[in-house]
Order: sequence, then structure tokens, then C-alpha cells
Amino acid sequence: MEAITDFVSAIVLLLNFIVVPGLSYGSQLALGALGITLVFGILRFANFAHGDTMAFGTMMTILVTWWLQSKGVNLGPLPTALLALPAGIASTILLLVVTDRTVYRYYRHNKAVPVTFMIASMGVMFMTNGIVRFVIGPNDQRFLDGERFIVSARNFKSMTGLSEGLSIKVSQGLTIVVAIILVALLFWFLQKTRTGKAMRAYSDNEDLALLSGVDPDRVVLVTWIITAILATIAGTLYGLDKSFKPFTYLQLLLPMFAAAIVGGIGNPIGAIVGGYVIAFSEVMVTYAYKKVFIYLLPQSLEPQGLLQLLSTDYKFAVSFVILVLVLLVRPTGILKGKVL
Amino acid sequence: MSFLSGENMVGGYGGADILKGCSIEVNEGEIAVIVGPNGAGKSTAMRALLGMLDLKQGSVQFRGNDISSLSPQDRIAEGIAFVPQTSNVFTSMTVFENLEMGAFLRNDDIAETLEQIYELFPILAEKKDQLAGELSGGQRQQVAVARALMSQPAVLMLDEPTAGVSPIVMDELFDRILEVRQTGVAILMVEQNARQALDIADRGFVLVIGENRHTDTGAALLADPEVRRSFLGG
Repeated sequence: MEAITDFVSAIVLLLNFIVVPGLSYGSQLALGALGITLVFGILRFANFAHGDTMAFGTMMTILVTWWLQSKGVNLGPLPTALLALPAGIASTILLLVVTDRTVYRYYRHNKAVPVTFMIASMGVMFMTNGIVRFVIGPNDQRFLDGERFIVSARNFKSMTGLSEGLSIKVSQGLTIVVAIILVALLFWFLQKTRTGKAMRAYSDNEDLALLSGVDPDRVVLVTWIITAILATIAGTLYGLDKSFKPFTYLQLLLPMFAAAIVGGIGNPIGAIVGGYVIAFSEVMVTYAYKKVFIYLLPQSLEPQGLLQLLSTDYKFAVSFVILVLVLLVRPTGILKGKVL
Repeated sequence: MSFLSGENMVGGYGGADILKGCSIEVNEGEIAVIVGPNGAGKSTAMRALLGMLDLKQGSVQFRGNDISSLSPQDRIAEGIAFVPQTSNVFTSMTVFENLEMGAFLRNDDIAETLEQIYELFPILAEKKDQLAGELSGGQRQQVAVARALMSQPAVLMLDEPTAGVSPIVMDELFDRILEVRQTGVAILMVEQNARQALDIADRGFVLVIGENRHTDTGAALLADPEVRRSFLGG
């Protein structure tokens, strides 16, 4: 009997520290990587400003959240930030459309090479980053309110009588649910609507799309709008789950790019697969497995060390290593990339 | 007055002039073929009609109007469809979606046109849910031509539709093109397979270094000993 409880406890430990965080972090990365992959597929450049676009959208959402909170508006058990999201999205759309008009359009009309676009996007990245730090400051901001947990560790323990608790935060559950809805909507849009098909056609073969009468300006505009929606929601979910700090969002660029490339850049399904691959690798490699093995192994074999493969300080190295491996072994990514 | 015509066109892609005063025309229900040696400016002449290069001299007339200043997009909207030589299908989209994209500018019901297309190219009905990138070369060319026809164009321009396909497939494609002519569409083709192309052509243009060398009916050009000796290998 004790062997069974030990086994279940080990499973609960893994669920609590790997599966649940992996799923929610993976969903956040997937949404971010989708934005990167869309811009790459349609506008044909690696958008380094994407992390800071997320930061900007999240900041706007936070500001509106605070305003709503000061007016006493809330969503009960759900975070007020959900109510503020539309305003955050609208302002991010405005930001992206204005940057496109003032920066990218010039290079598009001059038929600049992708590297030029990429460098330009780095300029946009620094500028957006500057705006965010100027407005909200470089420090951590918390804006989560409402219920904290769907299942708290204490309740789980008292319910099951196990010694290990499983906790699922509202922010984690919300992340996963919102990601599923958003991805389903995006795929419906790309597969079924006229504009979505035009975007796929434009991504597949720009010249032929133009010969078919697709309006390139419209495709570009819609791409930025979708990117703004994805970035703001991904950023806000990440901020609710962890906390909001502008620098963290800049750092997110690496795992997001890794996710997009690992999955096959330009391929939306690839971005989602890549997001989970990167997230689970990071979480699994940096988790200390000592307790799991204490449950699973007989007492005499109890491990001495933490059984942690890599310190959490090195979690970004995981994205790098996976990125390098994929580029060496399968440069097109897990799913074939370069088209929508 | 012909249906679509480029008159005395001079121009290139920015560098030296490729077209040095060439004239091309095609009428409704007619197949016009542009032939000539490599580098004669055959494809360039066709692209000039579509507005893909700036003309220094000459004009393009369509349905009696001067369309020289219209962009390629506007000319497409006017009813000119173009099938490029390469990359002429959306490889990551299904055959059906390719056809849908062909009708992108249309707001009416495309079901009837779709039926006609499937009748003309039965293989496409069979493969409609397959990705165009997974098809054979000949089938892809059929998708490419069908995509262009979906817009119900008045003029269909084909840039070497038989490049890289087997002789059997080529014959089949030419048969299809003849059937398309029956519907009253004006067809303009650039072809490497000059003999076979002139064989089905109502009108033929032999271009040499950007100028018209011979212009006549397809049959007359085929019979012309000089054309035979210089361009058709005897």
C-alpha cells in the first residue's frame, strides 16, 4: 500500500512541478512564437521587437487594470486584467501600425533584404523597450487579483490525504484555456476566411498572390493586427503567471525564437509544438528530481544530491542548445517551415 | 483594332533595353504565340503587356483603351490573367484553395466556373483536396492554368506552359488550351516548343533581339522556309 502512495506522490510531484508549469509556460511561448512566425511568414523578417511588443501590450493592459481597480471594477474570481485586455490590444495594434507606417513600409517599398528589416526591428525593439521603461519603470509590477488558485496544494492534500500537494494557479488554468481558444480562432481564420487564405497565399508565393489580386497592404495590416493580439495576450498571461518586468520580456525573445525555429519558422503549428518543446525542456532540465526518487527508490538507494541537471540560472542555455541542435540536424524545424 | 495589343514597345528592367520596338497583339477566341531564340525578349514582351516593366516607348491597348499607365494589379482586375513559367501554384495550399485564390477578386458564386474547370481538367476534381506542391509537373501546370481561368479572364497569358513537362503532357496541355480558346478567351503564349505551338496558333510572332522578325498566321510561319530554317531546325 505504501508503495502505491509513494508512486502516486511521485506522479503528483511531477505534475505539480513539471506538467502544469510546463503546459502554461509552453502556451505562453507558443502564443509568442506564433506572432514571430506570422511576421516571418508574411513580412519575411525576424522580428526582434516582438518581446518588447509583448511588454508594451502588457504594460498598457496593466495601466488599464490599475485604473479599473481604482474604480472598484473587478471580475470576481478572475483577474481584472482580462477586462483591460481589449484596451491593451487596441493600443498595441496602434503601436504596430504606426511602426509599420514609419519604419517597415519604407524598407518594404525599397524591397530591402531581410537583414535590413531585422536590424530595423532591433531599432524598434530598443525604442519600444525605452517607452515601456519610461512609462512604467524597470521594476517588477504585480497586477494579479481575484482568486489565486483553482486547486491549492493544501486543499489537494486534505482532499487526497497524500503528503504531496498539487496546485494549479488561476493564471495557469487561464493561460491554457485562453491559448487553446486563441489558437483555434487563429487556425479557423487562416484556413476558412478569405483574408486568412489571402495571407497564406501571400506567405506561400508573394508574386502569385499579387497576380491573383491580393492586396499586399491589407495583408500586412491584418498581420500586424493579429500579431498585436497574440503578443498582448501572451504577455499579459505571462505577467499574470509570473510578474511583469520589462527586462524579462526582452529575455523571452530567445525561447520564443527558439520555439518558432524548432517548430519550423513560418509554420503556425510548428510554433505551437516548438513552444511546448522549449518549455518542457527548460522545466525538465532545471527541476531537482531528488524528492521524486526518494519516493520511487528504496531507502537504501536514496540519492545524495539534488539530481538537478542544470541550475535554473542556465535555463536560457536550454533554448540555445535545442536551437543549435535543430539547426544542425533539421534546419527546417520539426515541421517543415517557411510557409504558413 | 485588336483586343489586346502592345505597340512598338521599347523598354527593359532598368538596364539595357530588352524590347527594341516590338508589337504583339491577340484577339478574342484566338491563340497567339510568341516564339524565338533564347534571349529574344519573348517573356519580357508578355510581361510588358501585363505592366511588369516600364516602357520607354510604345503603348498597351486593351478593349480600345490605353492601359499603359495601369499597374499589373489593375490590369488583372480588368480581366488579364497571367500564368508565370515557374512558381505558378501555391504549393502549401490544396488544389481547391489554389482555384479559390484564382477567383479572389470575384464576389459572385464561383461554383459554375469551378464545374467548368473540373470538366476541362478532370484530374483536378480528383485531386482537389491534395496540396498543389505534391502534384506532378504536368498536374501542377494544369492547376496553374486553372487558377488563372478561375478569374474568368478575357485574356489568358501563358509563359512557357510546357517547360519541363513530357511530350505526352505537352500534347494534353495544348489540347486543353485549344478547348479554352473555344470559350472565347484570347490566349497569348510564349513557347520554346515552337513547332507544336505554331501548329495550334492563329497568330505567331517570331522575335529576335527584342524586335519582330516575322509575324503571320501560325500555319504560314510553319510553311515559311526561312522561319523553318532559322527557328524550327529545318
